[in-house]
Amino acid sequence: MTISRRGLFTGGAAAIGGAVAGGVAVAALSPDPTAPPIPSPATLVDYGQAIEPFYGNRQSGVETEAQAHGAFVAFTLLPGTDRGALARMMRLLSDDAARLTRGEAPLADTERELAVVPARLTVTFGFGPGLYQAAGLPSPVAPLPAFPQIDKLEERWSGGDLLIQICADDPITVAHAQRMLVKDSRPFATVRWVQRGFRRSAGMEPARQTQRNLLGQLDGTANPASGTPSFGTAVWRADHSTQLVVRRIRAELESWDLLGRTDKENAVGRTLGTGAPLTGVNELDEPDFTKLDATGFPVMPDFSHVTRARQTDDRLKIVRRPYNYDDAPAADGTADCGLVFASYQSDIVRQFIPIQQRLAEKDLLNEWITPIGSAVFEIPPGAPEGGWVGQQVLV
Amino acid sequence: MGWTSRMGAGMALALALGGLAACAEDSTAASTPTPSATSTAAPATAGLTVKDPWIKAADTGMTAAFGTLVNGGTTDVTIVSAAASVSPMMELHETTMVNGAMQMQPKQGGFTIPAGGEHVLEPGGDHIMMMGLTTPVKAGDEITVTLTLGDGTTVPFTAVGKPYTGAQESYAPGAHGSAMPEMTGMPSAGAHS
Ligand code: HEM
Ligand SMILES: [Cu+2]
Repeated sequence: MTISRRGLFTGGAAAIGGAVAGGVAVAALSPDPTAPPIPSPATLVDYGQAIEPFYGNRQSGVETEAQAHGAFVAFTLLPGTDRGALARMMRLLSDDAARLTRGEAPLADTERELAVVPARLTVTFGFGPGLYQAAGLPSPVAPLPAFPQIDKLEERWSGGDLLIQICADDPITVAHAQRMLVKDSRPFATVRWVQRGFRRSAGMEPARQTQRNLLGQLDGTANPASGTPSFGTAVWRADHSTQLVVRRIRAELESWDLLGRTDKENAVGRTLGTGAPLTGVNELDEPDFTKLDATGFPVMPDFSHVTRARQTDDRLKIVRRPYNYDDAPAADGTADCGLVFASYQSDIVRQFIPIQQRLAEKDLLNEWITPIGSAVFEIPPGAPEGGWVGQQVLV
Repeated sequence: MGWTSRMGAGMALALALGGLAACAEDSTAASTPTPSATSTAAPATAGLTVKDPWIKAADTGMTAAFGTLVNGGTTDVTIVSAAASVSPMMELHETTMVNGAMQMQPKQGGFTIPAGGEHVLEPGGDHIMMMGLTTPVKAGDEITVTLTLGDGTTVPFTAVGKPYTGAQESYAPGAHGSAMPEMTGMPSAGAHS
């Protein structure tokens, strides 16, 4: 049987998830023999069966509220993969994605029992410059310029002809989707790099709460919010395409640990506790860049990350959708963690590069973050029902 | 699991099979199919559809088509043969356990789908065997396969080529009395017991 049950609650209803899940756990542990052993379905938030659409004008996984787990899989096309082969590849991969996101096994799935928990799975395809070259088309994206002040880029985390961004609220769902998609890409491409990351699991915090990165900061506060006109202006083009920058940015936790709390907060311009700007009280208070302290210096330091990254025009903003990574520490305990920093914007040149340029020139946070990978992708429009991603570009 | 896996030998035999005409019904399967079922469809066949069809991608030799045959009609339907332009030699196969190993052989009488019922074609089970490929079935290709029913009507469907490396079955030696040599290297099985 391949028809998936729809979740009892999705999206906004998940906001009550934290509280409800807590209640359930208490009930399950209760020694009271009269307590019902199984929580009533009406109060259980069924995260596993929640579904995000695959078909549509726009690809999912961009404006979709970030799921807990993400895998960014970049491929290098094999020499013979021409425009016709790309169409065959995208037809296969899109069909896999459509079925997987519905909680159904793709065709020829040898582990089909793993497909039954969609957990808001999204599969987002990105086309790198090399894909356009293989197709004999001009590329709408080009690699970023070097930022010599900060870059320590490694080949093993950089570039890519095709990107598949796989996100879901369950890591097994991500692993199975990745396995299926990699298997079907094999006649056309080799795996170039995989970057996996995570956020808080579904139900751990109220939905839409800003996530914390592994430096301990609330990360995402100033993002244009999903579903707002601001988001649309920053991200979507008229043809429903957009562009993605993926940077692997290591967090230098050992030197970050040496700082006191005030220094950490000055580096960003926001407090660690609430994420409020140093001039405010609540997370969503607007920073006041004109406010001076007793000694006459701006309360929001000139060199803080927020001061330097600030954009007020929606057309110049970016939408950050990063995932934390945390690999094994070195023998001496040195952490190997940071962000799989994913930035969506309708035009990398107009929006991303000027911000990155300003940050490279001056940003106190640069002391504690190091870009070690960089890649750019066009995110083509979504596939119409039964169609495939890229058909508007490749046919 | 007790499947025989003799891929190397199978590939060589698969090539040889292209010229082998051991089975009388195979030559009819290779003949030009009736172009469309729509004009010829009798009431009994009106309801036959193929859900989720796919073919194991292969450059040469043997491969097979899979999917779910769905009979939405009110009478039983029997499929007696299948044809596609990429293979001159197609058979309807079943897979059975012989001496602890999975083997495939032509299904006597074809596939019968009861009225309102389904019949699953899958690796390790019944399938449509395609031998002596004359054109590669590439990953993502869309291949038209035409089924011929017991009453002579035809039902075409489109199957997509899929990369697939599932476990292997071997062809039952001497199946239906022919001088068919044992074939191995069947693209088959998988998570099927
Ligand atoms: C590991 C790397 C990074 C860390 C840990 C980090 C952390 C933060 C934090 C804590 C904030 C404040 C809260 C928020 O609005 O999200 C912030 C804001 C921001 N960051 Fe980053 N960031 C990183 C890299 C980058 C990069 C590479 C860019 C762009 C090139 C960038 C652009 C921005 C922007 C545009 C804002 C919002 C500024 C505003 O208008 O308030 N960040 N970042
Ligand atoms: Cu067979």
